Amino acid sequence: MSTDRLLIAGGTVVGVDGTRHADVLVEDGSIVEVADHIDVPSDAVVLDAQGCAVGPGLVDLHAHLREPGREEAETVESAAHAAALGGYTAIVAMPNTEPACDTASVVADVLARASGAMCEVAVAGAITVGRDGHALAPMAEMARLGVTLFTDDGTGVQDGDLMRRALEYARGLDVTCAQHCEELVLAAGGVMHEGAWSSMLGLRGQPALAETAMVARDVGLVQLTGARLHFLHLSVPDSVRLVVDARRRGLPVTCEVAPHHLSLDDSQCATYDPCFKVNPPLRSASDVQGLVALLRDGSVDAVATDHAPHAPEAKDQSFDDAPPGMLGLQHALGLTVEALGGVEGLDLVMLFALLSRRPAAIARLRDEDARAGGHTAHGGDVKAGGAANLCVIDLDQPTTVTVSSLASRSKNSPYVGRTLPVSVRHTVLRGIPTVRDGVAVR
Amino acid sequence: MTASDSLFGADLLSVAQLTRAGIVEVLEVAEAFAEVSRRSVPRVPTLRGKLVATLFFEESTRTRLSFETAAKRLSADVATLSVASSSVKKGESLRDTIETVEALGADVVIVRHGASGAPAQVARWTEHARVINAGDGWHEHPSQALLDAFTVREALCEARGIDSEQSGASVFDGLRVLIVGDVRHSRVARSEVLCYRALGARVSLCAPGTLLPRDADAWEVDVVSDLDDALGEADVVSLLRLQTERGSGSFVPSLAEFTATHGLTERRAALLKPDAVVTHPGPMMRGVEVASSVADAANALVTRQVANGVAVRMAILYLVLGGEPDLVAAAP
Repeated sequence: MSTDRLLIAGGTVVGVDGTRHADVLVEDGSIVEVADHIDVPSDAVVLDAQGCAVGPGLVDLHAHLREPGREEAETVESAAHAAALGGYTAIVAMPNTEPACDTASVVADVLARASGAMCEVAVAGAITVGRDGHALAPMAEMARLGVTLFTDDGTGVQDGDLMRRALEYARGLDVTCAQHCEELVLAAGGVMHEGAWSSMLGLRGQPALAETAMVARDVGLVQLTGARLHFLHLSVPDSVRLVVDARRRGLPVTCEVAPHHLSLDDSQCATYDPCFKVNPPLRSASDVQGLVALLRDGSVDAVATDHAPHAPEAKDQSFDDAPPGMLGLQHALGLTVEALGGVEGLDLVMLFALLSRRPAAIARLRDEDARAGGHTAHGGDVKAGGAANLCVIDLDQPTTVTVSSLASRSKNSPYVGRTLPVSVRHTVLRGIPTVRDGVAVR
Repeated sequence: MTASDSLFGADLLSVAQLTRAGIVEVLEVAEAFAEVSRRSVPRVPTLRGKLVATLFFEESTRTRLSFETAAKRLSADVATLSVASSSVKKGESLRDTIETVEALGADVVIVRHGASGAPAQVARWTEHARVINAGDGWHEHPSQALLDAFTVREALCEARGIDSEQSGASVFDGLRVLIVGDVRHSRVARSEVLCYRALGARVSLCAPGTLLPRDADAWEVDVVSDLDDALGEADVVSLLRLQTERGSGSFVPSLAEFTATHGLTERRAALLKPDAVVTHPGPMMRGVEVASSVADAANALVTRQVANGVAVRMAILYLVLGGEPDLVAAAP
């Protein structure tokens, strides 16, 4: 069966500024026609999209693929598999691997592993050597391999002067820095959000201020340097407000939030199940409400998963000893729909803006930027001539999360047992389905 | 967590799992075992053939000795596993350690761990063994709070000429309990707040600002700033150990200043009501939390707490293993 020609039939096509019922014809990796009705070409594979939204493939700005170094938890291949099932056609690999992705050779290694994967993988490089916050990593040699995003994620660059140099240097290279905002001194070793729950549970808390203080510092550094900065996984409303205010003043800042900060609060820690340990930590119920409101009113640029697989033995420790992180790639879409208020009255344009268009822009995975970096284009309009990286969302079919349905090598999903409002029916990468009728196609 | 009226056949992870009736049950069973402890041969065959494992991931002599003495007085076999927390860092997961202990045939696993919540996790991983929390991080130390309540009830009943075995929780109604010192890092404080409140007492906390937990008002307690004023109102003063080994030292400018603001000095002890009692979970830092002479005064219950600890822990072991509350007295 040739899949050179695909007809995605009967769906609602989600464009940049509106939706229409239309069929989409794909040929040789590109969209060749979008029209109210297209007769099925004799040799085409038909993907049924009745009751579905057809939009650009999702783009994740924030995934921990664990390879090289922690292959027992995840590999590029297994993460890409989970990503495809989640509707993604491109993901950004975070650099906190072992060794850290802080040189061209590690970047090249990860890119090579991704060549046959079920989604495209862009690599984020480290800002500092070994991500230890002391000396600038060779950003230029990584940029030559197409790296456009640099971060020490897993930790923030604590030294404000070094962060200033990083921003100045990145500006000269026309690349973007991204910050994990956590002032370690203020975080004081906290393993969960500091509040009534941490006090009652006797767990060391980290105050929201540990995050907002670094956001405030870095907004100042952007003002000082004029460099672009993306704020990773902001978890409290005050952080987002600082970014919104900076954007209003014309500063080149963007921010993402993670699905778990929109759906889970610190009361989840009451069972001491380390599955709910994550960094930044699950915040108070009022923070979650506030973050959801800021998502809905357009203050947030992107939803990014912070997909962080951990092998079972790593999580079979005390809450203090277990590493932070939870799975995200497979269910971020459903959680985002839930946070936006569910399927009824769902703003599909906004949904794809949050999960595809804006993250693609931030990661420079759109149009000619993508081609310059060795990728096909993601997050573009669904129109003739566009790359056929597409996501078809079934709006009538909820998903119930089960352990056996997780494609990740790790099983640390906090959503097992939860039912999410939508499901991914098809994912199309470079004109070829990676997921068809909810099943991965290898 | 839904609180229960009985510890019968359950794990003991938090005082929050017990209602007033559930706590009184423990106190009443403990009264019967206190009688056993006073015998010339303080031993009953109640738990013969049962294996009690103590699993201490954090150093402790007093609590472990107390639990082991309690188990031996009930004729249980005792397996002591001293697990330095570093063994976890050597690669064995907490879960594997627990599954090993259960495979040895332990009927009860008594866990102390430096990490809050570890006993709750252990309870999820055991199939048939009951789990007793012997202190987890800053979280809870349920057996300590129960023995404190037992000791306070005993002392107040004595002073008031009431038979403590028949008193239920009556002495706690409206009782003013003042908890003083390092509340932030104290698992004893968290368990005591739950225990005394469930029994009907009114609880106040007094600590330097740095040693109060965030949002402590959510605990439905009064937070008082002036110790001198509060002492005159208190029926029970519970002193907490300043946990210098957990870095609490850096939360106050100096031990001398802590003593000056929050120590139970001789001058402050004179402010107490004549029938007020003082507890301390030990080990005490004499001259810091409490003046030596105050610790040795008649109204200080410190050594009685230790003695009663064995009876209360016998009661806990007996109940979690499904012993019938009515049958305790039948012991030969």
